[in-house]
Amino acid sequence: MDKVLMKGNEAIAEAAIRANCRHFFGYPITPQTEISAYMAKRMPKIGGTFLQAESEIAAINMVYGAAGAGVRAMTSSSSPGISLKMEGLSYIAGADLPCVVVNIVRAGPGLGGIQPAQSDYFQAVKGGGHGDYRVIVVAPASIQEAVDSTINAFDLADKYRMPVMIIGDGMLGQMMEPITFPETAGKALAEKEWATTGTKMTRKPNIINSLYIQPEELEKIIMARQKKYEDIEKSEVKYEAEGLDDAEIVIVAYGTTARIVKAAMALAQKSGIKTGLIRPITLWPFPKDIIYKTAKKAKAIISVEMSTGQMVEDVRLAANGACPVYFYGRTGGAVPQPKAIFEEIRRYA
Amino acid sequence: MIYIISGHYGSGKTEIALNLARSLDKPAIIDLDIVNPYFRTADAAGLLSELGIKLIAPSYANTNIDIPALPAEIYSALSGEGNTVIDVGGDDAGAVALGQFNRYFTGHDYTMYYVINARRPMTESAEDTVRNLRDIENASRLKVTGLINNTNIKNETTTQVITSGQKLVDEVSEITGIPAVAVAGKKDLLSDIQTHLAKLSLILHLNFPWEEGVLQ
Repeated sequence: MDKVLMKGNEAIAEAAIRANCRHFFGYPITPQTEISAYMAKRMPKIGGTFLQAESEIAAINMVYGAAGAGVRAMTSSSSPGISLKMEGLSYIAGADLPCVVVNIVRAGPGLGGIQPAQSDYFQAVKGGGHGDYRVIVVAPASIQEAVDSTINAFDLADKYRMPVMIIGDGMLGQMMEPITFPETAGKALAEKEWATTGTKMTRKPNIINSLYIQPEELEKIIMARQKKYEDIEKSEVKYEAEGLDDAEIVIVAYGTTARIVKAAMALAQKSGIKTGLIRPITLWPFPKDIIYKTAKKAKAIISVEMSTGQMVEDVRLAANGACPVYFYGRTGGAVPQPKAIFEEIRRYA
Repeated sequence: MIYIISGHYGSGKTEIALNLARSLDKPAIIDLDIVNPYFRTADAAGLLSELGIKLIAPSYANTNIDIPALPAEIYSALSGEGNTVIDVGGDDAGAVALGQFNRYFTGHDYTMYYVINARRPMTESAEDTVRNLRDIENASRLKVTGLINNTNIKNETTTQVITSGQKLVDEVSEITGIPAVAVAGKKDLLSDIQTHLAKLSLILHLNFPWEEGVLQ
């Protein structure tokens, strides 16, 4: 297939369609509106459902209903809208339902601004909604990776019966890159025996529920879910690593920030400083093992983010004191520049 | 002369507008994009002022405010005799902003280009492209006078990508009767292309922060 030039938002929408998602519920917000706009144009042509809900809260609850009925469902928004969806997300996690949620992050808190940010890391990986639950969080750094991650997100969601979040900053949503779509047509989806598809008088009714009156009963269900989360932490960690063998300074960065970091590493190389990069692709499960292993050899680790320092807390936990962990970031919609990151590398080298 | 650069989202209007403005005498460039908050003419503000190109952009372009208010300077630029390039937002939604200036165009000459990138979704077929072109004409209440082939997949563009895109442009030209006037692309790629059309060689302005020549 010929490569096409697509915006991150459009590519994520098309990838979802290719992954057999036929139910999209959303509400527009900059900088992710193209996802909704693309779905509005494409879904009616392929027999799917696009619905612009009256609010983000309505949209996530439509996803809750659709997921309960066993279909592949998605919603997308940007930071303030994702905050509104958090209650619904907790319910979906509590009912063990699969769905995909896209957050094209803008600056916060509050209405914040429309320029790119990574300041929703805490919200994405530490909950956001209430209760003991996890969401698989995938942070692509290119449009091709956004396509592949979106398709994979639906498979992961179904496999583990839980929400998967694709998180990208506004730049990833708005920029264009050449991409191809992997062959997905005709791929059979596994039967969802738990879905509320009607008993047809042949089985007991399936029930979608997150309310349990007896503490012991609820605890048992939560602990079973924890076991699932432990399995995911063992088998679904994804990251990109570069130059770790002989690096003095190792940078941990995700999403488009990691690409800016690579430009800074090229500057460092010219100055004779050996640098390495760990780019978490899954933010949860977090690549802690490689960070700990690296921390035992490196002089220092720097976490670079478009925030005031959120992922750095997980980097410090992972490094477990084996080497100092520093932070550099820009926030409020400002984007770190290669030269400024290089200055940080030089400071600690 | 007033030059209006229209096209589908992501067809490359902004790069065409910037390059065209650079080739004109004492130009002004109007960033009329009320749709797209990222990767726009106003990103090149520093460079434009170095080149002596006057930039007229929405007061809030590239800020954190989501209000596409248009500046009053547009009126003086459109009533003057000088060269003005207008970078219109994508699709008919973006072209709506142009409609309100209609009285400046009635009875006056203008050049309105429609930029085509055959590798963009939603405008890969002649039928879809013509529909998009007509929607833009209706929203702006103006007529397209020429087509520009800007078929590209960014850094991975080859001469073959550009020439295969020309087929779509020629089909659109045949259906609409609007002439194809130019083929755009990087200089080294254009030199290998045989065509009777004007070649618009592009210097690219809107780079990613990790690319060389980062605009500050």
